[in-house]
Amino acid sequence: MTSTAHAPAHGTAHGSAHGPGDAHAPHRNYVKIWGILCALLVVSVVGPMLGIRWVMLITAFGVALVKAYMVAKNFMHLDIEKPIVHWILLVALALMVLLYGALAPDVQKGEGTGWKKDAGFHHSFVTSKPHEAGKHEKPENAEHGKP
Amino acid sequence: MSVKTIATQRASMNIPTGRLAVWWVLVSEIVIFGGVLVSYLMHRLGHPEWGEQAAYTNMWIGATNTFVLLTSSLSAVLAHQAAEKGDGPKAARLLYLTVLGGLTFLVIKSFEWTHEIREGFVLQSGGFWSYYYTAAGLHAFHVMAGMGVILWVANDAKKNQELHRVENVGIYWHFVDIVWIFLFPLLYIAK
Amino acid sequence: MAEIAHEHGHLPAGHGHAESNWFIKYLWSTDHKVIALQYMFTGMFMAMIAGFMAYVFRMQIAYPGMNVPFFGHVSPGSYNALITNHGSIMVFWVAMPVLLAGFGNFLIPLMCGCDDMVFPRINRLSYQLFFISAVVLIVSWFVPGGGFGGAWTAYPPLSAVGKYNLTPMGSSLWVLAVALEFVAFLLGGINFIVTAMNARAPGMKAFDVPLAVWMIVVASLLFMASVGPLIAGAVMLLFDQNLGTGFYNPTRGGDPVLWQHLFWFFGHPEVYVVLLPAMGIVAEVITVFSRKKMFGYKTVIYTVVATGVLSFFVWAHHQFVAGIDPRMANVFTVTTVIISIPIAEMCFLYIATLYGGSITFTTPMLWALAFIAEFLIGGVTGIYLGASGADIFFHDTYFVVAHFHYTFYPIAIIGTLAGITFWFPKIFGKMMNETMGKIHFWGTIIPFNFIFIPMFFLGMEGEHRRIYDYTNFPDLANPWAVSMRITSTVALVVMLLFQFIFLFNFIYSMLRGPKAEKNPWKSNTLEWTADSPPPHGNWREMPTVYRGPYEYATPGRETDYWPQDERA
Repeated sequence: MTSTAHAPAHGTAHGSAHGPGDAHAPHRNYVKIWGILCALLVVSVVGPMLGIRWVMLITAFGVALVKAYMVAKNFMHLDIEKPIVHWILLVALALMVLLYGALAPDVQKGEGTGWKKDAGFHHSFVTSKPHEAGKHEKPENAEHGKP
Repeated sequence: MSVKTIATQRASMNIPTGRLAVWWVLVSEIVIFGGVLVSYLMHRLGHPEWGEQAAYTNMWIGATNTFVLLTSSLSAVLAHQAAEKGDGPKAARLLYLTVLGGLTFLVIKSFEWTHEIREGFVLQSGGFWSYYYTAAGLHAFHVMAGMGVILWVANDAKKNQELHRVENVGIYWHFVDIVWIFLFPLLYIAK
Repeated sequence: MAEIAHEHGHLPAGHGHAESNWFIKYLWSTDHKVIALQYMFTGMFMAMIAGFMAYVFRMQIAYPGMNVPFFGHVSPGSYNALITNHGSIMVFWVAMPVLLAGFGNFLIPLMCGCDDMVFPRINRLSYQLFFISAVVLIVSWFVPGGGFGGAWTAYPPLSAVGKYNLTPMGSSLWVLAVALEFVAFLLGGINFIVTAMNARAPGMKAFDVPLAVWMIVVASLLFMASVGPLIAGAVMLLFDQNLGTGFYNPTRGGDPVLWQHLFWFFGHPEVYVVLLPAMGIVAEVITVFSRKKMFGYKTVIYTVVATGVLSFFVWAHHQFVAGIDPRMANVFTVTTVIISIPIAEMCFLYIATLYGGSITFTTPMLWALAFIAEFLIGGVTGIYLGASGADIFFHDTYFVVAHFHYTFYPIAIIGTLAGITFWFPKIFGKMMNETMGKIHFWGTIIPFNFIFIPMFFLGMEGEHRRIYDYTNFPDLANPWAVSMRITSTVALVVMLLFQFIFLFNFIYSMLRGPKAEKNPWKSNTLEWTADSPPPHGNWREMPTVYRGPYEYATPGRETDYWPQDERA
């Protein structure tokens, strides 16, 4: 389905949609892929209705991953893109995983030795006065810490 | 406007420079959105009680907006297909549809936010809402910027000029779509 | 792969506006050389401001309460604003624009054999955004409350709450200026990366690219990858400052340490972002003036990439005493000490390049050698700070200040001067005066050491940073400490005075210096094959490359250099 021939290396003319070294874009049924994406959307919406938390999480984020993959592959043509592009995208994503992995042990903690984080919810508009914090805190929040 | 430099037309890596540049833009955007979303994720997981606030977001509106963006991605890639065939006017029409999708997204969002603000959920209402408005707001800003660039590209495309830019702007738009694909479960489903 | 046919670089229609008016030629140009100079001059101007700030606050430290000439009495608030802005300006408005944007813009198209960057209009936009960021920063000093005084690291809650920092407008403008600067450099960085990746001259393979370009490109990559989370963090800080959110407020569900992490996740790679261009410049200078190949060219590149990767794993060494988990501190100690290895290795490679070479001590070469020597001192003192146990004592003392000035100053000043004195003939078509150059060199380097060596000792005695008047601290107000502070300050004043020689040399040579030929230093790289200065479009016929950049002293050749574009 996908072409592996390289177009001749000439400069880009103003009217052409091809650049040097471009493989010809494959003939895909974009509407069909859109249909699948919509069906997946329905799945992710139905998931929470079943009431089981882990099912909901799997459908929600699993579907998101699949949809993102499909958009990247089919719409952005990442599957026929040069390897260097895959590499730079992967490095960016890996960096975000590193960011989470290194920060979470510190920032995700809800409490430590002698301190506990406030839930910090206020229903109405408040100004940034720190001493007003916690006024509207619901009592059960005080018991919550790190899961 | 100005003559293309020779540099712009070379391709030592065998990728057209415009497309290579868009991918680099996406790399920088991944780390920007990544920064917001990682911060949000850490706080959301560290504050399970935020789920009580998250319950107030409207999943149906979120799902509708997801559908709108998916459809606008479809028109963007069909525009690319038209540009590949050299049909500039058709590509431009499809790009205008994409912009319309973006506009629809923003209109729906403004109704959604107006309602939420009226209910008392504002940016300052607490951790969840601060992240909700900031993340979705940053995304909406990128939608608007994208719409602007798409209009500029479509303007050239309808005269059969710079057709290679249709693909490049599409890649950016698909990225904006993918960010929303993840925002949707993060902000609307995971409660 | 790349076409071998010659491209004609002469001015196509549309470029031929040689007689366009002054405004278009100098302020609205898309020519990378003009934009490079815009960045360089703006950076040099900001350096003068930041240098003046250093003079003022050092006078206050040495002679507390005095009426500082050309400034007046220094209040505590002014002191804080001076140190904050000195640091911010030097990193963001001097080192970055001069080293990265200035040299990057000038050198990348020329060294890669291009007529310009791949996106000249975006290039112009990046400078304009940068210019606006500088204006915003300068404005921040004149709004009610004055300039931001929360240190260049801007930790919340001090930076987030106007009631604490007493400069609510100044703080927000500072954050805005930094954020704009980041966007400007993101745009510029993409231009550099794509140009170097994709627009090289025919025949120029990846390992034929000069080290200066490699370093600037890797630096741009590091910047791009690390700044994203901080842009997110800066937006959140702006919201905390102005919209009443609580991203960094623990009583509102946020976390102040989040800012520290986001800042340093960027902040540590950032020091390599500025280091790498300086090392690239030094590499070009030492090869030319020792008439030798770069020792281990490929090794340098691999090492630089490894350093870049490692630089993402060390940031929390800035937070050892911030209350992070000690186990986390262990990890970061190990990684921090490890990262000194590739940098040390690069210094060895540079020394090996010099070894056995036919060395001429021109002004650029003096600066390049000084860079290696002074940076080494900075680097080894960093190891003490990287060890979390020692850092518990040293954190926030003048030991840290001395360490980072022994690294930053070689980067931002010594490296820059090596580059300016080296490429001046190419940029302006005139030669600089060597005698003045050497006087300026010694008048800068000797005082520099007298400024910062006392600070190591003061730090070891426990002198804290960011204190406006040490007479409030009896154990730090002893005669020895006072004399050390005065020594630093006097040395600073002497050093600043010597800079006038450079300014004079620069301006005089630019206007009236002896005309420079195309290749006065007999270098191999492509920029020396263009006219001095190069015209718009750089060459009438674009060069083709036949070999690497460091073919010096090749046996059997008449000349001791072999330009990259010379046919075999």
